[in-house]
Amino acid sequence: MSDVNTAMVQKYRNDFLKEVEENVEEGHWVKMCMQCGVCSGSCPFGPDWDHPPQEIFMMIRAGKRDEVLTTESMWMCTSCYNCIVRCPRELPITHIMHGLANYAHRLGIAPKMNPTRRFAKIFWNNIAKTGRVNELALSLKLYFMDGFMSGVKNALAMASVGIGMLKTKRLNPFALISHKGVKNPKELHVLLKKAREIEDRRKGIAS
Amino acid sequence: MTDVVATNETILVVGGGISGLTAALEAAECGKQVLLVEKNPSVGGRIAQLYKYFPKLCRPSCGQEINLRRLKANKKIRLLTMAEVTNVAGTAGDYDVSITIHPRYVNENCTACGACADAVTAEIDDPFNYNMTKTKAAYLPYNMAYPQRYVIDPSIVGSEDANKAKAACKYEAIDLDMQEQTIEIKVGAVIWATGWRPYDAAKIQPYGYDRFPNVITSVEFERMMDPFGPTGGKLLRPSDAKPAKNIAFIQCAGSRDRNHLTHCSRICCMASLKQSTYIGEQYGDDADAKATIYYIDIRAIDRFEDFYKKVQADEKVHFIKSKVANITQNRDTGDVVLHGVDTEGYQRYDNTHDLCVLAIGMEPSVRADQINDSVSADASGFIQPNGANAAIFGAGCATNALDVNRAVQSATAAALRAIQVVNRVSSAEA
Repeated sequence: MSDVNTAMVQKYRNDFLKEVEENVEEGHWVKMCMQCGVCSGSCPFGPDWDHPPQEIFMMIRAGKRDEVLTTESMWMCTSCYNCIVRCPRELPITHIMHGLANYAHRLGIAPKMNPTRRFAKIFWNNIAKTGRVNELALSLKLYFMDGFMSGVKNALAMASVGIGMLKTKRLNPFALISHKGVKNPKELHVLLKKAREIEDRRKGIAS
Repeated sequence: MTDVVATNETILVVGGGISGLTAALEAAECGKQVLLVEKNPSVGGRIAQLYKYFPKLCRPSCGQEINLRRLKANKKIRLLTMAEVTNVAGTAGDYDVSITIHPRYVNENCTACGACADAVTAEIDDPFNYNMTKTKAAYLPYNMAYPQRYVIDPSIVGSEDANKAKAACKYEAIDLDMQEQTIEIKVGAVIWATGWRPYDAAKIQPYGYDRFPNVITSVEFERMMDPFGPTGGKLLRPSDAKPAKNIAFIQCAGSRDRNHLTHCSRICCMASLKQSTYIGEQYGDDADAKATIYYIDIRAIDRFEDFYKKVQADEKVHFIKSKVANITQNRDTGDVVLHGVDTEGYQRYDNTHDLCVLAIGMEPSVRADQINDSVSADASGFIQPNGANAAIFGAGCATNALDVNRAVQSATAAALRAIQVVNRVSSAEA
């Protein structure tokens, strides 16, 4: 993966803005930011970010590639869409944040232990396997993400919720052995692989 | 009242604000016949509602007095007040115009003695003070109003109040039988100077103009400084009438925003810089009195830069480079709390102020495409210069967001263009 990163560094040299424009979802909007700061001020998680959105846009334009791609900031986005609604230039800020996070992940330089990234990975592997989310497997995987002991602790803490869901038939206790996916998951895998190929080709990433 | 004599050599000026007045006077002083139509009961428009002009901080009433003298002295101008142009059709040098004249219920016998206002009890919102106060339903629009003639509000016509007003008048000036009438005239050229109106601040939802009494607009703040205004010249905040000392100004309130007005309203930066000087004027050396201007960038162009520098040097005025994200209210004190991020240093703030003034944007009173199908409008509805407009010329804020100085320049230019059209008509007919 880091080969991809090296290749991108070589390709774009010091022009990080261009790299973002060409590879990040909605990245072409970054240059439209006029640095008014309304997105940062409107973000409910704003106080917890190292770099709020409008600062990230400035850092992209200033070519601070490593700082931007390795920060946890854009992983904090909860998709509340406050920023998009208030942005005077209608930048799709939420989408750019997700695009940046995805791109950093693709390059293999996203923060390894970031919980959002880890959850996203677990979720993706779960859904891509059968085409439908196996909720029981997903929650167990999530609880035991940090090891056996903390997993047991997490599971106990959520026990009452789990029992409630069982009672109201919101959770299938046999999902671990008999999860019902899409009719033909093999075709789905072919489809996803092709989609990845197309995306890589468009971005110039040799897979 | 309907004896309006107009021909293909007449220039119709729509709107009696500073732009319309200027265009009408310039054209008439060049010897042209002018018909000046004003929607309100008196001329003057929005400049009459201003306390001071930037950058010289002089009084608008001074220039207005000169313009009114020019108007009274000029026999070439026919003024129609409470009149609206409802239709314009035709081509350059030959326009058919419909004008609807609303009844004033007061004729030219009026001496502005005020006996009718004393007699009536009903009150209406006072538009001159942006509805911050009430006025009697028989009223003079404002002290310097021209014509100096009272108006009976249609809401009391037919009531006992109207009869009391009629009885109180010693000059037989009140005629409650006046009817709305529509006249059709011919003119050679049209100068469209319908000006601007403040953007509806309630639409800027996060700023809570409709929810918090201490969030007001810049035009309302301006009225507060007028000694004859709603607060008698004192900066009192609406919630509890306490003096507002710690005042915030939010720039680009509605302007430069794709959710509201896409254009830059141009005047708001200078207006807020000007209004920040009112705080020193009102409170002197009071250490509690200060202005904080929240801005994206300050657009003080060419010679205004000097004024900006002067305000920057003022210790009472602080600048924070930030578009405020939202406003909340302290329920106990009525203070407003501004939330956002200072983009110089990326500091998050939650600043408490006594009063928040929204430097509200400008939008055209009448959208260009409403005048006539041939008049071309820009994306914001201002009149765009275009050959297809023929002899309908925009002047002042109907053409763009302009300050008074540039509006007057624009009006003079429009007058020159209209004069050329009627000159062509006269030479063709001669």
